[in-house]
Amino acid sequence: MEPGLLDFPSLGLSIAVKLLIMVGFFLTAPLVAGYMEHKVLAHQQDRLGPMEAGIGPIKHGVGQLVADGAKFIQKEDIVPTAADKWVFSLAPGVALVPALVVMLVLPLGPGLFGENLGAGVFFALAVSSVSVLGVLMAAWSSANKYSLMGGIRAAAQLIAYELPLVLGAAAVVLQAGTLSLVSIVEAQADFRIFGLLPMWFVLPHAIGFLLFFVASLAELNRPPFDMPIADSEIIFGHMTEYTGIKYAFFMLAEYAGMVVLSAIATVLFLGGWYVLPGVTVPELINWVVAFFGAGPFEFHPVVAGLLGVGVTMGKIFTLVFVMVWFRATFPRLREDQLQRMSWLILIPLGLLNIVVIAIAKVLA
Amino acid sequence: MTETLPERDAGVLPGGPGEGLLVEVRDGGDIVTQEMNLNIGPQHPATHGVLRVVIDLDGERISRATPVIGYMHRGFEKLAEARDYRQIIALVNRHDWLSAFNNELGVAMAVETMMEMEVPDRAQWIRVIMCEWGRILNHLMFVGSFGLELGAITPLFFAFREREDIQHLMETATGGRLHFTYNRIGGVKEDLPAGFLQASAKLIKVIRRGTQQYRDLLFGNEIFMARTKGVGVLPPQIALEYGVSGPTLHATGIGEDSRVTQPYAKYGELDVPVPVGGNGDSFDRFAMLLDRIDASTYIIDQALDRIPPGPCNVKLPKIVKAPEGAVYTRTEAPLGQLGYYLVSDGKKNPWRLKMRTPSFYNISMMPYLLEGALLSDMIAILGSVFFVVGDVDR
Amino acid sequence: MPTLPKLPRPPQIGLLKGLGVTLKTMMSPSTTQQYPHVKPDLPPRTRGVIALMEENCTVCMLCGRECPDWCIYIDSHKEVVPPKEEGARARTRNVLDRFAIDFALCMYCGICVEVCPFDALFWSPEFEYSTYSIRELTHEKEQLRVWMDTVPPPPELDVGADLPKEIEDGLKAARQAAEKAAAAAAPSEAPAAAGKAGGDAPAAQAAEEDIHVEAQVDQEVFDQLVAEGKSERVARAKAKAAYVRKEKARIRAERAGGEG
Repeated sequence: MEPGLLDFPSLGLSIAVKLLIMVGFFLTAPLVAGYMEHKVLAHQQDRLGPMEAGIGPIKHGVGQLVADGAKFIQKEDIVPTAADKWVFSLAPGVALVPALVVMLVLPLGPGLFGENLGAGVFFALAVSSVSVLGVLMAAWSSANKYSLMGGIRAAAQLIAYELPLVLGAAAVVLQAGTLSLVSIVEAQADFRIFGLLPMWFVLPHAIGFLLFFVASLAELNRPPFDMPIADSEIIFGHMTEYTGIKYAFFMLAEYAGMVVLSAIATVLFLGGWYVLPGVTVPELINWVVAFFGAGPFEFHPVVAGLLGVGVTMGKIFTLVFVMVWFRATFPRLREDQLQRMSWLILIPLGLLNIVVIAIAKVLA
Repeated sequence: MTETLPERDAGVLPGGPGEGLLVEVRDGGDIVTQEMNLNIGPQHPATHGVLRVVIDLDGERISRATPVIGYMHRGFEKLAEARDYRQIIALVNRHDWLSAFNNELGVAMAVETMMEMEVPDRAQWIRVIMCEWGRILNHLMFVGSFGLELGAITPLFFAFREREDIQHLMETATGGRLHFTYNRIGGVKEDLPAGFLQASAKLIKVIRRGTQQYRDLLFGNEIFMARTKGVGVLPPQIALEYGVSGPTLHATGIGEDSRVTQPYAKYGELDVPVPVGGNGDSFDRFAMLLDRIDASTYIIDQALDRIPPGPCNVKLPKIVKAPEGAVYTRTEAPLGQLGYYLVSDGKKNPWRLKMRTPSFYNISMMPYLLEGALLSDMIAILGSVFFVVGDVDR
Repeated sequence: MPTLPKLPRPPQIGLLKGLGVTLKTMMSPSTTQQYPHVKPDLPPRTRGVIALMEENCTVCMLCGRECPDWCIYIDSHKEVVPPKEEGARARTRNVLDRFAIDFALCMYCGICVEVCPFDALFWSPEFEYSTYSIRELTHEKEQLRVWMDTVPPPPELDVGADLPKEIEDGLKAARQAAEKAAAAAAPSEAPAAAGKAGGDAPAAQAAEEDIHVEAQVDQEVFDQLVAEGKSERVARAKAKAAYVRKEKARIRAERAGGEG
């Protein structure tokens, strides 16, 4: 594997820089996703959302989540008497950490990634589904019937939805011929439909993308698949007994999960940091200036990387927006309907998709 | 089945910390899992208020459901015996806080009938208009909350947007946003302010645009249909036996509506459409709400053209006393048949005021609907059998 | 039991339509008000808080007695007013010591305002008086007097409404005065003048009330409305209303003609 921009000759330095960037990303991206949820949801519901908390003169509620966090820290940390205390306290962490770990392998820009693992897709999907374990731990240890119901639902959902998620991703892996996330992005740059039109995988893999997106909604417990935390049925399921900072961890885990799964989808289907199929931002800029007769510019790799990060972020938050949009619009399915949909429609569809892709790949 | 299982520590849950899930394999290979007893309410978001439903759950399926009521019993009927009629009007708009005006009207009509009072035409027309606005207010609330319970949060905000407009309109006339206290024995408190009728006509258009939005948002939504169609089917016969009324009854296909069958106020002179469903399921019950909102705007539209000039109330004696006797008035409140049985011994307060509130009867058939339903269906059923807990408990 | 045919259901449109609704809403401006920055526009009849015009209060205690939840506290003492003229009897009058309303108990029914025979109590739309302690919700007469300044004038009534009693009384008094003056000036012209001054409006109104028209469908209007594309039901109602209006106008004109 070729080294990325963050790989310095000194191992210690590269680890420190990578951790710093990953933690920084981890702490800010979910906040942006949360803020998006606040504002987008509000405006779609004909209201304004948070308008007061802000940083300095910038209001419009940009500081709302920070203020919420400060409030959560002050809250009393209640552990129910009948709860299994250790498991109860560990669960929020178990739910949160996987999102952080997955960020390590996500390529955000050209050369900007923590680690270019050879089995990146496998690692990302495997680790991200660990967070469900935190949900199960929380549900079981709360000693609350509603939480238990939520846990059982979450477990059922995990089994039903991990498969379409993996099937959707597997087709892409088949097409790209690699498990490395970075290489998948690069493969999309070279990909041509019928050997002519450059296109991201989202078009040939429309079914796979649909499967992946729907399954990630289910995995994140996002509407319309939020049965495990259905507030009007089982009162937030596993989160019923949580208060204060532990509850905040779960919320953070949800937003982080949204960002991470959107990022994986971006990398797998939407061409990562390529602003147009097969075109990076520097190339696009050079095209435009060439149109006006100016000479091509040289971009420093770091600048090019950061521009790529911008594009990736734009795609990630577009997907996050769609998730929020779904939440504003759709009612919740029932657990049995979800299972039926998964096993009878999505999984056969996923298998069929793989077969079709494989045949197309062999023929091409 | 539960009796055969060993006694459990109250703090320990089946499947929770300290105990595994008890599974019994019977002869013949039947696997019997332990039933879980679950309290839905009194503090639960889906019971809108303090209704408590004790359910036995087998997995997600409800094997038995018992509604427990009375958490909000405020002794309205007894309290009414110690209050004079004007105070009772202020009192009754609080038992079903979502249809305050319709409740007031029932009491006012009961006393008027007892006193054989002629209510001026204008007052009657004002009452019709206000009643229908009240009905829309009520139905909008349920349209919103039903969506919310199914996980669609947006209809609630849209419904409240329209509710806000209606409440503002009614506030200009009555001074209240929820508890209007606008009826008086023999009429209404004071006449409509200038511009009320024009504003009503304008608002009708806004409401119709709103209902179109709910239809687009929820009604045609496949997920919504999957959640509600065929869920909580109430056969007409059962509905009649339990005394169910209002939109819940209309959804079963029976269009019994006292605005048509026993017209009061000026409903007899109006074309009152009564939308009916056919399947009696949650979907139909929800459809009734939207159709009834449309019907109400249509009724208001008619009434606005026909409201005559004149006095809006009659001059009352200092102390209103209903003559000795008894009377039963029934009106069509938004949630169903609302009856007041007023017994007077000629004093200034009633000897007895019995309330026949629609919510109580609607909730009484809950065990029938809930048995065998899934836990998620229960929420769809609770949300679509329209009730207000204050109206159940009084 | 009467049943009506099913109202038309909208065509089933699906998930995308819903997404369209939320997206469209997002693009249009929101309807919410930013409350502390934007004050709500409350109508004059709003029952926000009860204000007391202390000068008008005679301590008749009617409000306190009629209050359904007894949240009005009144203390008073009697004061002897010296006679105005020599030899007349000294009078006693009630002096208000305390008038307090416990707004934690008050159910905002407005009965006290309604029963007050001396116009001492009024509704004000003022609503920003929440406190951190329930005890602070008992407001004494000084505060109630302060709220008196926020009481708006009553709204104008609908055109069809009877005049408010106060205005009616005033008009009657004016009419009587005019009548008297006219009678004094020219006895022979008096009936005519009285008829002009006071007779017209009430007579017209009385006539309005007397006219009763059996509602029928005005076929012409009905056809026209149907042609315009209105549903038959709406058209029928509107046609009925048009008929009633026309008929009333006709009868009124006839009567006016008859009287003339």
